[in-house]
Amino acid sequence: MTMAEAASPPERTVIPGPFTGLFGRIGWAWLGVLPFFAFCLMFLVAPVLYLVKGAFQNPAGEYTLDNLLALASPNIVAAFSLSIRLSLVSAGIGAIAGLLLAYAVILGGLPRWVRPAFMTFSGVASNFAGIPLAFAFIATLGRLGLATVVLRDVFGINLYGVGFNLFSFWGLAVTYLYFQLPLMLLIITPAIDGLKGEWREAAEILGANRRQYWRMVALPVLTPSVLGCFLLLFANAFGTLATVYALTGSRFAVVPIVLFQQIQGNVLYNPNLGYAIAFGMVLIMAVSNTLYLVLRARAERWQK
Amino acid sequence: MKKPFPFASALIALVSAAYFLIPLYATFQFSLQMVRGEWSLAAYRAVFASDTFIATITYSVVASLVAIMIGAAIVVPTIYWVRLKLPRLRPVIEFLSLLPLIIPPVVLVFGYIRLFGSSSYLPLTMSDQGTNFLLVMGYVVLALPYMFRSVDNGMAVIDIATLTEAAESLGASRLRTVATVIFPNVRSAIVSGAFLTFSISLGEFVLASLLNRPAFGPYLVQMGQDRAYEPAALAVMTFGLTWACMALMQYFANRKPGSRFVPRLPLSSAKGISP
Amino acid sequence: MNFLRIAAVSKSFGANHVVKEFNLDIDKGEFISFLGPSGCGKTTVLRMVAGFETPSAGRIVLNGEDITALPSRQRNIGMVFQAYALFPNMNVFDNVAFGLKVAGQPKAEIAARVSEMLKLIHLEHLADRYPYQMSGGQQQRVALARALAPRPQVLLLDEPLSALDAKIRVSLREEIRHIQRQLGITTIFVTHDQEEALSISDRIVVMNGGRADQIGVPADIYNRPATRFVASFVGTLNMIEATVLDQSGTVKIGETVVSLPEPIVHRQQGETVSLALRPEAGSLTGDLRGDTALPGKVLSTHFLGSVIRTKLDVAGHQVSFDTFNGPETRLPAAGEPATLRFAARDLLVLQD
Repeated sequence: MTMAEAASPPERTVIPGPFTGLFGRIGWAWLGVLPFFAFCLMFLVAPVLYLVKGAFQNPAGEYTLDNLLALASPNIVAAFSLSIRLSLVSAGIGAIAGLLLAYAVILGGLPRWVRPAFMTFSGVASNFAGIPLAFAFIATLGRLGLATVVLRDVFGINLYGVGFNLFSFWGLAVTYLYFQLPLMLLIITPAIDGLKGEWREAAEILGANRRQYWRMVALPVLTPSVLGCFLLLFANAFGTLATVYALTGSRFAVVPIVLFQQIQGNVLYNPNLGYAIAFGMVLIMAVSNTLYLVLRARAERWQK
Repeated sequence: MKKPFPFASALIALVSAAYFLIPLYATFQFSLQMVRGEWSLAAYRAVFASDTFIATITYSVVASLVAIMIGAAIVVPTIYWVRLKLPRLRPVIEFLSLLPLIIPPVVLVFGYIRLFGSSSYLPLTMSDQGTNFLLVMGYVVLALPYMFRSVDNGMAVIDIATLTEAAESLGASRLRTVATVIFPNVRSAIVSGAFLTFSISLGEFVLASLLNRPAFGPYLVQMGQDRAYEPAALAVMTFGLTWACMALMQYFANRKPGSRFVPRLPLSSAKGISP
Repeated sequence: MNFLRIAAVSKSFGANHVVKEFNLDIDKGEFISFLGPSGCGKTTVLRMVAGFETPSAGRIVLNGEDITALPSRQRNIGMVFQAYALFPNMNVFDNVAFGLKVAGQPKAEIAARVSEMLKLIHLEHLADRYPYQMSGGQQQRVALARALAPRPQVLLLDEPLSALDAKIRVSLREEIRHIQRQLGITTIFVTHDQEEALSISDRIVVMNGGRADQIGVPADIYNRPATRFVASFVGTLNMIEATVLDQSGTVKIGETVVSLPEPIVHRQQGETVSLALRPEAGSLTGDLRGDTALPGKVLSTHFLGSVIRTKLDVAGHQVSFDTFNGPETRLPAAGEPATLRFAARDLLVLQD
């Protein structure tokens, strides 16, 4: 049991452990975190590093950049382009709509029960992704979906007649919004709450009207948070697989689907190209998440 | 002076609420239409009558529960130990714990298949037991950020180091301290993380599918391809389950250490929240 | 004519009457403090003057103009908040310039006025700093400069010192008073700290339960508190009950007969009246200050540095008195009998 291991090392030992140079006076205390590091190494770091290393090797094990260059092949470029466009659109709409919703719910002067209702629902909806979400949208906006039928029969609007299709780019974007919008509401709320009422009062008594306050104070203060949240939504959409798969099978070739098929072994024959695709995905996720953390740190600096 | 009614805000909230609720209602209505011309629970009966449904959901529930236990066993002692003895390592632990947020599941499982494949030193994917183990470990990884957040917040609230010193100055052994002082105080944080883990791994598709496990996620996809009404019924049930998990998670996350583990009267306490 | 008139102003939030029939006339250039515990309505009155709250009844008149219903951005009033409320996305210069910018003043004029203001608060060298890079005291000085830059008619200070360290609090309050005198600006200062109010105000309004209990210059507030609340809130007070012997001012404390300096009008003969005595008004050392002596018993003594506080039992009341500490000071120890001497004219007769 880990707890017993953690309890066993003597308390204030100064016997130098093997990592004395790196860990200084820590001594044997590092033994207590060994299980965690072993776990992370085996099931998190090593698998990813294995792929990254593979991305720079050919099947014979020689180092090469061919795999990364092969990412430039038309179908892979198309997949990345499609993924990035879909993620940008769903994150953009999610961020703007979420910001508006957060404003309405938090500062909009609505009855007090509205905010907790939306927050609780968002906590659930932001976790309601994957296959059941796809089913729900098929029942809503599919060819026989409730909204499609009601719009056609009651309002005379034929969605599929005007070019809409649930199993297309915009159909996916609308579906993604179902978890993007609540996620945006949840993560932007602290920033909106961070807008102090006194800033508005200070601006007001200094002669500013509402628009001047929003233009000169509130929006500049919110901007890093909004951009940060946008990047998080982008990463969130970029990694989404199950929803697309359940809606469109393998027809809609976003990057995760391409990789999924590659792993199932029915499209590409070169595993090292698969490694390169995985590397590309991790890179995009890493960049957007890092920028999110940087922007969030910048925004929190103001919230003191 | 009465403030004017906030029309713009009300419109935004209404449109959003419609967007959120219509798919739920549509799914629910659709799930009742299995028998032509009448409302019935036939789709739900069909789902529960299916042996595959029972088998896959049992499999996923067991996998999730094992993942919760392993996750708690790894995360809780580590955070405790780091806060107590190795505060300088905390940023490293935090970074590793949040890493799964930037590694898409499809990449992670790809790595597993290659690293633990047939030509590996540890060919886990070659046996059923090994693959099951790999799936559970994958769920532990996917839930790691949430488990870490929840337990770390829980320990931050009670100031672990001072509490440990206080217990030891009163003569308690380290093991006794952990069992009787620390654990009861972070129990609700662990439970809160556990519900989140559960809701993530129950319907998980990518890992289960690529590791070829008989789990609930791949079953859902199969149903989506083969049937019309059962998927809607499954979506409604999954949403209800997600709702229950989140409600329980929030309840435990907001619970103060020391309050009753099971609420005396859950209904009356919910009423007490109103301002 | 008065510069700022607050006439019979009331404010209710639902069934909660926060301010009740509040009246105050303020002269141009006056420094007024609203003093009272939290929840007494002082901040609500200030916020009504600022225009953040609308009175439920009554009028506010500034310089001959009724501003009761005027939006705050049109009132030309400056305000400093408890938590600084500097705009976090702007540096010091832009914060101070904000009011001038929204008023659409030319750039050159803004720059000149801002540097004048920064000179006033001695922070010219920090014009490029952002709020999070400054200490609380510096931020509050910038907030003061920002409020003053558009040349407001009235300056409102809402507990501006309570978020600061004790030492900075004293130096900043002196600086505020200095700047206020220099500019001659009419100022309302809200505080719950009686020492702050006593030290910098021209007049003090002591508020309690939404009403002004007493309005007066600091010395009067301290020396002649009108109500038991004012007496106990402003400084430490010893309360002693006495029995009225006759209404010309003769009372009995324990077994001792004392003649008060003023007649008692609100109590009949034989009734009980509350008297108050400041801790510094009594003497235990027998230096014969005063004309009245009461026997008592020492309960405890506390050494506080420059003074020694002695707690004693006098006619069944627990009271405490301060004696200046000196090399010659000899005080009775706990358990010993002692004689409390004071001047009968220092006894305050409380109205309620």
